[in-house]
Amino acid sequence: MTGVLTQLLQMMLVLGAAPLLTGVVRLAKARLVGRRGPSPIQPYRDLLRLLRKEAVVAENASWLFRVTPYMVFAALWLAASLVPTFTTGLALEPTADLIALVALLASARFMTALAGLDVGTSFGGIGSSRDMMIASLAEPAMLLVIFTVSIVAGSTALAEVAHHMREAEVGLRVSLAMALVALIMVALAENARIPVDNPATHLELTMVHEAMVLEYSGRHLALIEAAGMLKLLFFLSLIACIFAPWGMAGPGEPPAAAAVGLLAWGGKLLLGAGALALLETSIAKMRVFRVSEFLAGALLLGVLAVIFLYVSRGL
Amino acid sequence: MLIPILIALVPLLALGPATLIAPRSAAAHWGVYAGTAALSGLIAAAALSHLLLESSPQHAGLPIGLPWLTARFRLDSLSAFFLLVVNGGAAAAAAYGIGYGRHEREPERVLPAFPLFIAAMNLTLLADDAFSFLVSWETMSLTSWVLVLATHREPDTLRAAQLYLIMASGGTLLLLLAFGVLAQVTGGYDFDSIRTSALTPGAAALALALGFLGTGSKAGLVPLHAWLPLAHPAAPSHVSALMSGVMTKVALYGMVRILFDLVGEVPWWWGGIMMALGGATAVIGVLFATMEQDLKRLLAYSTVENIGIVVTGLGLAAAFRDNGMNEIAGLAFAAALLHILNHAVFKSLLFLGAGAVATATGTRDLGRLGGLIGRMPQTAFAMLVGAGAIAALPPLNGFVSEWLLFQAVLKGPLLPQWELKIAAAVVAALLALAAALAASCFVRAFGIAFLGRPRSPEAAAAVEVEPAMRWTLLALAALCLLLGVLPMLALTPMGRLGEAVIGAAAVRTDSSWLWLTPPAAGGNSYGGVIVLAVIAGFGVLTRIGIHNLASRRLRRAAPWACGFDAPVAPAQYSASSFAQPLRRVFASLVRAEERVEMPEPGDLRAARFASSWRDASWDLLYQPVGAAVGWLSLTLNQLQFLTIRKYLSLMFAALVGLLFLVAVTQ
Repeated sequence: MTGVLTQLLQMMLVLGAAPLLTGVVRLAKARLVGRRGPSPIQPYRDLLRLLRKEAVVAENASWLFRVTPYMVFAALWLAASLVPTFTTGLALEPTADLIALVALLASARFMTALAGLDVGTSFGGIGSSRDMMIASLAEPAMLLVIFTVSIVAGSTALAEVAHHMREAEVGLRVSLAMALVALIMVALAENARIPVDNPATHLELTMVHEAMVLEYSGRHLALIEAAGMLKLLFFLSLIACIFAPWGMAGPGEPPAAAAVGLLAWGGKLLLGAGALALLETSIAKMRVFRVSEFLAGALLLGVLAVIFLYVSRGL
Repeated sequence: MLIPILIALVPLLALGPATLIAPRSAAAHWGVYAGTAALSGLIAAAALSHLLLESSPQHAGLPIGLPWLTARFRLDSLSAFFLLVVNGGAAAAAAYGIGYGRHEREPERVLPAFPLFIAAMNLTLLADDAFSFLVSWETMSLTSWVLVLATHREPDTLRAAQLYLIMASGGTLLLLLAFGVLAQVTGGYDFDSIRTSALTPGAAALALALGFLGTGSKAGLVPLHAWLPLAHPAAPSHVSALMSGVMTKVALYGMVRILFDLVGEVPWWWGGIMMALGGATAVIGVLFATMEQDLKRLLAYSTVENIGIVVTGLGLAAAFRDNGMNEIAGLAFAAALLHILNHAVFKSLLFLGAGAVATATGTRDLGRLGGLIGRMPQTAFAMLVGAGAIAALPPLNGFVSEWLLFQAVLKGPLLPQWELKIAAAVVAALLALAAALAASCFVRAFGIAFLGRPRSPEAAAAVEVEPAMRWTLLALAALCLLLGVLPMLALTPMGRLGEAVIGAAAVRTDSSWLWLTPPAAGGNSYGGVIVLAVIAGFGVLTRIGIHNLASRRLRRAAPWACGFDAPVAPAQYSASSFAQPLRRVFASLVRAEERVEMPEPGDLRAARFASSWRDASWDLLYQPVGAAVGWLSLTLNQLQFLTIRKYLSLMFAALVGLLFLVAVTQ
């Protein structure tokens, strides 16, 4: 019963917190470059404004174009709800381990990329094609991160991983550090952040993800944006859950522990948002064909993480 | 259930020759397709009942063949599983053929061989001695070759058929040698005496290599795959679906039968080789699929990828079993078999859908398609499901088998041999790359063919195909979803098979149907039903909420084209431009070249851009071997034009040589 309650709470929580997280990142970025920046709750206002507007849909758009935002939003909402944030023991935890979560994101991306091709403009196509290229290269690196985590924790079920990382004598491992860096690189690529893509660009030729969803407007755009915010929250929660599960409550612990977990999670998200803003303001976006080298670097780190683990455990 | 299946095969064998009386009549059309669908359905049902109810194999001997050798047949859980896959796919292809066959220009070239092809595949699965196995195998190859030649008026078919014939004969030759090695101890060619004979390690390795290459060449293992993307698409579409979706599974059956049953003990290093080859096959196959412009050839390359995934699973199973980790071996084996079943479903769906597209538009060239989702809504929906399934996306069926396989790969670090530990990490990355590339490939295939604007008048004028074809597609799409959300439906009957072949099943039969919780995966689980229910539920609730609380107004307008007028069809992304980023990233693997011809300023010629890619196996394997054979036959050709003196001296030399040999050996 508590499992169901915490699951429902978590669903509401991730949905409510995702725009705030994006707002905080935007504010921090603005402050870092010397602007005052919008209020952190601006994303809520943006979403509400978009939701109330009429949707303008291209004449030749098919049903797929209109269904995709709902499916993508639902898939990302589910994915973000399945990562333990403030407590483990969620009712739907067995639905997906790490591999299934990554695949869930792939499903959402598949639909978005198809929607980008639906209207038949060159921008949708360029966005879809490049987004799929980036995803194809990010996936092997992601899998090697999962592989490393699975060797250390003996599982890919996130609650189990979090429990193991917190309780067992894991210690500071070079492999885990490498896996963390690789995961951050993958997360940057997956979330279309600098240096892979620019979430704030308005120049068509430099966009990847934004070009893919260029045709969306009104409520459809609101859902796509909300899905993007959920994705950012998903990756930050994922990194926190695997590499910094401290403070997270376990199943059957008193509400006070959950409250501590909640505070800890909020703190970790703030830290992550600050780090992301710092990273994004200090480096430049790279050319699209350099992305393959960037992600090859992530892959290499993943390989090294696995090999170091093997070596340190004496093969 | 063996006897009823054999009885059902008799009319199936007779159907083909019977059509020769009046091959162009409606009776022949209905007789072949409806008859084959019914008989295949019956055999599939019988195989399923064997899989569920019987635990011991059944034997039968028929007095055909050489007078002192009876043809032996055997039905065990392994052949029952493959019978289910083959006949399920065959029934779908035949039901589709009721509609599709009407568009055939020369039905007399298809109808006689179609049921024979299916019957030969069935007999291959049931054969219990090397002789009947090879005869059925070769019949399967030759009848499918005849079916490929049904489109002999198209320019590429003859070359494809010739190459197919050569590769099929080569594969059979390797199998013949493999059985020769296997039977050397007892001299008996029936599978029972092969099973019991103890081979020396060297002979076992040789038999493994020969059997693996012989069946692998038929399945499309890299680098022996190059014939497959030529031959499979050349046939009529329902035959392509059979060849890619079903016949490759017969080849995999041969691989499992020889490796895991007849040889029995597969050493761990051989499992490692299979993992490496399988991973490479998966990535190379899907890379070419991502570049390919012809819809059916794209699907054939993707078959190569999926064969690679299955072989990786089989290799993992062998590696784990040799190390005594039977539970994980059972997980890997179940992943491979489930992928075989899943691939049969979605590849049949995709090939049949490609046939529907070709029927409606007259072309398979992605560059001439587009916008079909509006013209052929039901075909488009089924193809979307198939594309999602083959791209291993939850909650569809392709993901379940990939998930199981990843769970097995993640246990790779438990293997004692460091070669296998490293191989497991590499294979995990390769499989992830293949899965992601498959998603990219099928976004491109579906997006270019069905979305966007029509790229040719034929695509703009396409009409939805007839009910028999549509319903088959939708039924297969429903199966993709069903096997995706309730994988226990397939894994429960497969439990006995895993126990029989590997010694362990992937899942306990009493486990919950909501979550997939293989005991060997150590607490990791996946719940397809929940994923489907939650996504559908959230999606619908969100829609209702937004429509009622926020806004439901919708306005149609011209798409944004950077300020230009409404975009025209040639301005949208094409199949080639969609593949460009990956073509560049993997340029060295696919030997991609881009040439830009830019006229001097002031010159009014049009600028030109051309890009090309090439399957390196042609240059590295096929052409050198072809050239060597050509050189050898030219050289030997001189022997036909010698003088009689030289012939006599050659004979004399041969005689002296033989006498010398006898003298030395005695």
